[in-house]
Amino acid sequence: MFKILQYSFYDLVRSRWSYVYFFFYLVLGFALLFLNSSVSKSVITLMNIIIVLTPMIGTIFGVMYFYSAREFTELLLAQPIKRSTIFLGQYLGIALSLTLSLVLGLGVPFMIYGVFQSSEIWNFGLLLVSGSFLTFIFVAIASNIALMHENKIKGFGYAIFIWLFMAVIYDGLFLISLVVFDEYPLDKFSLIATMLNPIDLSRILILLKLDISALLGYTGAVFQKFFGTNTGLFASIGILMVWTGIPIFFIKKISSKKDF
Amino acid sequence: MIEITNLHKRFGKVQVLEGISLEIKGGGIFAILGPNGSGKTTLIKSILGMVIPQSGTILIENKPIKDQWEYRNNLNYLPQIAQFPENLTVEELIGMIKNLRGQTANDKELIELFGLAPFMDKKLGNLSGGTKQKVNLVLAFMFNCPLIILDEPTTGLDPVSLINLKGLINKEKEAGKTILITTHIMDFVDTMADEIVFLLEGKIYFKGTVAELKKKSTQNDLEHAIATILTEKNV
Repeated sequence: MFKILQYSFYDLVRSRWSYVYFFFYLVLGFALLFLNSSVSKSVITLMNIIIVLTPMIGTIFGVMYFYSAREFTELLLAQPIKRSTIFLGQYLGIALSLTLSLVLGLGVPFMIYGVFQSSEIWNFGLLLVSGSFLTFIFVAIASNIALMHENKIKGFGYAIFIWLFMAVIYDGLFLISLVVFDEYPLDKFSLIATMLNPIDLSRILILLKLDISALLGYTGAVFQKFFGTNTGLFASIGILMVWTGIPIFFIKKISSKKDF
Repeated sequence: MIEITNLHKRFGKVQVLEGISLEIKGGGIFAILGPNGSGKTTLIKSILGMVIPQSGTILIENKPIKDQWEYRNNLNYLPQIAQFPENLTVEELIGMIKNLRGQTANDKELIELFGLAPFMDKKLGNLSGGTKQKVNLVLAFMFNCPLIILDEPTTGLDPVSLINLKGLINKEKEAGKTILITTHIMDFVDTMADEIVFLLEGKIYFKGTVAELKKKSTQNDLEHAIATILTEKNV
């Protein structure tokens, strides 16, 4: 698996888009630190960007890579390599190279600014962890979609729709249902609804850590009340792990039955 | 060597293989023939484990290949259409496959045979169809394996390379290897093949030597013999 991972990783690292993504975060990090001149404020601004952007980039790169690596995949399938090794290797190659762009791109400016001496180091670290989780989750979802659909346009469309749904539409539906079912106890419902969306979950994870109750919102407050801050943190990280594991399991399952 | 029993494969509503049973004993050149869409490539890809059949078993060296991958250490495959990752150079691609297989390879000799030396540092996306096919051939022949599967090996080759290819195949045959070939060039089959498997609409229509096929269709020429089978079938 490591060899496949290596090839996919280098393939992506050599491509222009990895650098564009890396430099984007680099510039963003410097700009935010320059404008806010405070690490903690920059972390909050970054959270809002990362939570929307990492899933989107993960989705687009995941779908694009699996379609463009079709020839490479077919070549590998005729070699003495296990199927799951090929697909999981490719998946990890994409997810790791994107995560590397994120961590290095933001890490460098914050390090220069002195995040290690600041008390914000854990908050910043958690931001990178949740960004990495979102990358791994959405690359896995996108890989599944690309494996299920031969038609590139269709696959791309579905993948973008899932991102849009999770990042934007889900919140809208959630809010509407909170308003409509105002008279019912909604604690359990909102708790479960939050867990079913990794983007919401990451947002709450970071806000719990930052301990800014004003930004927690209704769901965050419910989450905090139910779990308490520390258990809440671990619970949400645990659920994010489940969110990563399930699509990876499906990559293995779908790829083992696919014809090439 | 290869034992296929009652193989069925359907893509959506299209039934491609309808109960293929076939035994290929080791050593020699076996040509898989048939019109377009008769299931030749699907049969080959089933042997390789790239296509997963609905039912039926495939044994290689008496071992079922389902969900297995180690057996591919002992076979070489030439895909029908030479498609490679476009941003790799020829050298990187060959190096990558060698690295993945970890077997000794005689790639240098083959690169010289097909005159690929000037193209080694070129990206695969910039090569012509024929040159890509030569790279494809190097990849398929560089490992020493008892089973060689060639899907349309002659596509896009110039006459010199075609002669080289024939020489290469004969050399492997003399070394006692089993070579499976699909092709539409009947002249190639006539001079090279020890045995023919003729597929028609997903079934085996004929299996035997070239001479037997000519006799069966009362034609002296293989091309006409095949044409006779196809037209009789259609009438």
